[in-house]
Amino acid sequence: MPTKHLLKIEDLHHSFGEEEVLKGISFSLDKGETKVIVGPSGTGKSTILNNIIRLVPPKKGKIYLEDIEITSAKKINEIRQQIGFVFQDFGLFNHLTAKGNIMIGLTKVKKMNKKEAEELAMLELDRVGLKEYANSYPSQLSGGQKQRVGIARALAMQPKLILFDEPTSSLDPELTGEVLKVMRNLAEEGMTMLVVTHEMGFARSVADELIFMEAGNIVEQGNPEKLFTDPDHQRTREFLFQLTDLYGAGEN
Amino acid sequence: MLDIFMEYYPLFLSGLGVTVFVTLISCSLGTVLGTFLALGKIYGNKFVSAVVRIIISIIRGTPLLVQLFIIYYGLPSWGINLDPITAAIISFIINSGVYQAEYLRGSIQSISGSQLKAAQSIGMTKWQGIRHIILPQAFRRVIPSWTNEFIYMIKYSSLAYVIGARELMTEGKLIASRNYQFFDVYLVVALIYLIVIIFFVAIFNRIEKKVAIP
Repeated sequence: MPTKHLLKIEDLHHSFGEEEVLKGISFSLDKGETKVIVGPSGTGKSTILNNIIRLVPPKKGKIYLEDIEITSAKKINEIRQQIGFVFQDFGLFNHLTAKGNIMIGLTKVKKMNKKEAEELAMLELDRVGLKEYANSYPSQLSGGQKQRVGIARALAMQPKLILFDEPTSSLDPELTGEVLKVMRNLAEEGMTMLVVTHEMGFARSVADELIFMEAGNIVEQGNPEKLFTDPDHQRTREFLFQLTDLYGAGEN
Repeated sequence: MLDIFMEYYPLFLSGLGVTVFVTLISCSLGTVLGTFLALGKIYGNKFVSAVVRIIISIIRGTPLLVQLFIIYYGLPSWGINLDPITAAIISFIINSGVYQAEYLRGSIQSISGSQLKAAQSIGMTKWQGIRHIILPQAFRRVIPSWTNEFIYMIKYSSLAYVIGARELMTEGKLIASRNYQFFDVYLVVALIYLIVIIFFVAIFNRIEKKVAIP
């Protein structure tokens, strides 16, 4: 079934053993949009992202990238090249420098020559403000710097969209700002982004749409301003209020 | 002692040459074999993994000397005749490969699964991820065990003396049976092993430092 959306998720189900973590999730993402998924821990938010690129294959439901059904696509590696993924624990390759982390996908997956790959890697590092750390190894970088390299690595593959799986949850509070700033810039530049986060300030000011999930279902989705100020569901109000209280509504 | 060395040094040195040659070949081809075995055990399907497990338990569960005898004295009855050095090398490759497989398996499994996930997230196949991301890290971590294995192999290669391969121990025995100075001759042999091992350990320690990830 063709679709005009960039990403479309239809009736997605997933379970770990007996426990059903996704109970029929449907939503779509258009080019240039940023959508933020929020909800309590264990609600299946990260599972959706992992289902999309089949790091965890979904149990039921369909996911389309433009008009390709990726849930059954044979060449999942080609799909993954088109969808960037930013991990909570950064997922940087420990034996490679910041530059090497970005280059390896370009040379081994995209078969780019070394010189081109290096130029592009430097360009992307510059974009996240880490040009001077090109030759540093992950262990020599702060958490915030690691995550910016992670974002640069995803960007270098020139994906159609990027999935962010709690990109700031492993960071010390004072380091989240630099990562959020990079993400904010990307959103402004028109990158399509699907973000799982607890950063309410980011969600409120950057998201085109906020999706509130609980217990494997979407409770409510819509304009973030509306969800924050006048949600349809009491549960949405409680959760967003509690999280804003915990993490602040600030811009940082 | 020095006079004994000076008198017979061509023999000692040719024995040493064979010892080092056999060890280098056995250890490096053992690494190739060990890598395949470790990958088969971890990432192979049920069948492959079971076959590897059986191979490993047979080789680890039997003495090296018995393996050597089977290959040198046993294979001729199947029409396969090997010279002593070839027989020694084959049995050492198999033996060392199996041990190295277990070292490497531990090393691979100590690397976080998220590394492979990250590799796949940028479009690498599982095998690309193993080759470009997992193995380069696993090999670095296995160097200390590999150094140990190399030391064992230099010394275990003296077992080849029992099938008449003319390595260092064999040459020592031949010299001693000629001049009857058993104590001095074997002391020279022991010293040569010691010096060679110290030399190789120093090299491997340097390599370990050089390729260490900051």
